[in-house]
Amino acid sequence: MSRMVDIANHVAAHAVKLARVGVVSAYPITPQTQVIEEISALIDAGEMDCEYIPVESEHSAMAALIGAAAVGVRSFSATSAHGLAYMHELLHWAAGIRLPMVMVNVNRAMGPGWNIWCDHQDSISQRDTGWIQLYCHSHQEVADTVIQAFRISEDPRVILPVMVNYDAFVLSHSYMQAELPEQEQVDRFLPPFRSAWRLDLDNPLTHGSVIYPNDYEEVRLSMHQAHDNARRVIAEAADEYREITGRYHGALVDLYRMEDAEYALVAMGSLASEARVAVDALREDGLAAGLLRVRSYRPFPREELAEGLGGLRAALIIDRDISFGMEGALFSDCKAALYGRSEALLYNAVTGLGGRDVPYTVMVDELKEIAAGKRREPVSWPTVRLNRHHQDSREGMQRCG
Amino acid sequence: MRLKDFPAEELFLKGSAACAGCPGSMALRVAFKALGRNTLLVVIASCTSVLQSPFPYSALGLPVLNMAFATGGAVGAGVSAAVNYLVKKGELRERPTVLVWAGDGGTYDIGIQALSGAAERGDDFIYVCYNNEAYSNTGTQRSGATPYAAWTSNTISGKKEWRKDVAQIMVAHDLPYVATASLAYPTDFFSKMQKAASIRGTKYIEMLAPCPPGWKFPSDSTVRVSRLAVQTGVWLLYEHENGRTTYTAGTKRIIDGQSEQVPVAEYLKLQGRFRHLFQGEEADGRVAEYQQRIDEVLENLRFASKLRERLMDLEIRR
Repeated sequence: MSRMVDIANHVAAHAVKLARVGVVSAYPITPQTQVIEEISALIDAGEMDCEYIPVESEHSAMAALIGAAAVGVRSFSATSAHGLAYMHELLHWAAGIRLPMVMVNVNRAMGPGWNIWCDHQDSISQRDTGWIQLYCHSHQEVADTVIQAFRISEDPRVILPVMVNYDAFVLSHSYMQAELPEQEQVDRFLPPFRSAWRLDLDNPLTHGSVIYPNDYEEVRLSMHQAHDNARRVIAEAADEYREITGRYHGALVDLYRMEDAEYALVAMGSLASEARVAVDALREDGLAAGLLRVRSYRPFPREELAEGLGGLRAALIIDRDISFGMEGALFSDCKAALYGRSEALLYNAVTGLGGRDVPYTVMVDELKEIAAGKRREPVSWPTVRLNRHHQDSREGMQRCG
Repeated sequence: MRLKDFPAEELFLKGSAACAGCPGSMALRVAFKALGRNTLLVVIASCTSVLQSPFPYSALGLPVLNMAFATGGAVGAGVSAAVNYLVKKGELRERPTVLVWAGDGGTYDIGIQALSGAAERGDDFIYVCYNNEAYSNTGTQRSGATPYAAWTSNTISGKKEWRKDVAQIMVAHDLPYVATASLAYPTDFFSKMQKAASIRGTKYIEMLAPCPPGWKFPSDSTVRVSRLAVQTGVWLLYEHENGRTTYTAGTKRIIDGQSEQVPVAEYLKLQGRFRHLFQGEEADGRVAEYQQRIDEVLENLRFASKLRERLMDLEIRR
């Protein structure tokens, strides 16, 4: 074990090094930049043996990564927000052509207006591309999840790309302690790169060609089944990683004080760390609260949610995103998981968008209101504060109309 | 190099889904013969995505990665980076040639950024643009490579702009090798492909690819139209390396005066996409405009050629 006190972006870069990645292809975007700066510095210092392609866009970053993985080399990229959106077409391509690879996405809000701070709108918008999406709540989890992600991605039962998400600035730029495993431990956990296929000179095959309606649905179903398989693979990877390193962050979900809970908070990413503090405060005030942190958003932990929330009185699902015209995306998914299986009342808080601070007291107040039966609307925006400028803008738009 | 010296092995296989007279399939056949089996092929969205045949069949005898429209340069970069890694690790004995195959839409328009990025970085692959001067795969819409006055399905009275010249844009990137090619001069194309394969870095080769349905000429005339494009000076054959351009095959002969420059009308008349240039009164002006533009280009090339000869002569005497 080597201990480092550093920003999560550097922690991620060192985890990539331990995973013995062969090709890195990336384009700079705030707040991801230190990931690729650190990787290029490690290569420069001769500490990392890897090809680095400083591409001219994120679209090209993902295209190059697909090319590299197709030759049979372990490949990595990192991006954020607009960069991730720019990759959108190729996220479909990487998953559809069934290539393993890992990408870090530092969760950042989408513009306009330009906003470099944290929310989950970027990755939630890529939900249906076929990528596995994991969310981290600490520097330590970033280190461990990046390493686990390669193992999950390359598992013959999965063979899908994996996106490791963590929050802009709250994690990416803040200094915290993290322990990195020894190279020997990582080598035991993560075998050399394997893939179902590669561009093979001895067995020349054509990949990604035209596919007619007669054959297309079968391909899509196989991707869906790979996600189903990934549920078990993610859990196995977490267990085996614990055996080797002693560290564990949960499988598809991570539970906190849920054993005797009557009410729960559900969250992803760093807001789940805030929610732990809220749970402790609620317990002190006599409310039997717990936390269910969603670690794997795709595949979605249907069973874990039904089991974890099914017997509760109520739960508050915290979304750091909004599916416009509907509600928070995680809220919709949680309701779907519990449909027909539970009487628990589910509520939604859309909060923390664009880096808005979400103090634990907001969560405490929300859950107390729900427990007191005073909450009427299913969805709240508890941190919205309309001021004079917002009112002026709204009135201006009305006048234009 | 003569035609009969081409390797007999066919890596472009029978049973492709290409149209009759398809220039893309002819170009692939020669390119594969030039590069041989030790080649990794990336196909960018284009007619070649279709003509290779749908799953589960393939007319391409090489390992192939089909990729999205705008990605040519970037995929070439990724594949060649992975090849570098495997060679360094001793997992590949012989370095394979990486060939990226794209059309003019994928090169001139949607893919120019990725190509420019790779060219600036010098990633190691051959990029071939087979230029049929339109989006032929989607039914012949205009591209940045469509020539002046040509009919396409969205320029029905003729394109109003002259085409841009990506080969020259690649020259401006200071690539180690840039060349143009024609189906009517297969040995020239073959030699250029082999030369490109012997050079490290980004190599760009552009093939004029007359498309029978898109350009509206009979499917037995692909080579004839290709040859006339060169003989009229519409399409110039050259290679550019070490900062110097050398004209080759039919183009060299026109510049040197070894063969006659054919009037451009002979070339335009063969193609239905230029039919409107020969109907009505206004139309003749556009043919003359074409001729004038070609004459100016060729005159400059002849002047430059003579100037170089004189200068070399002086150098030798001194």
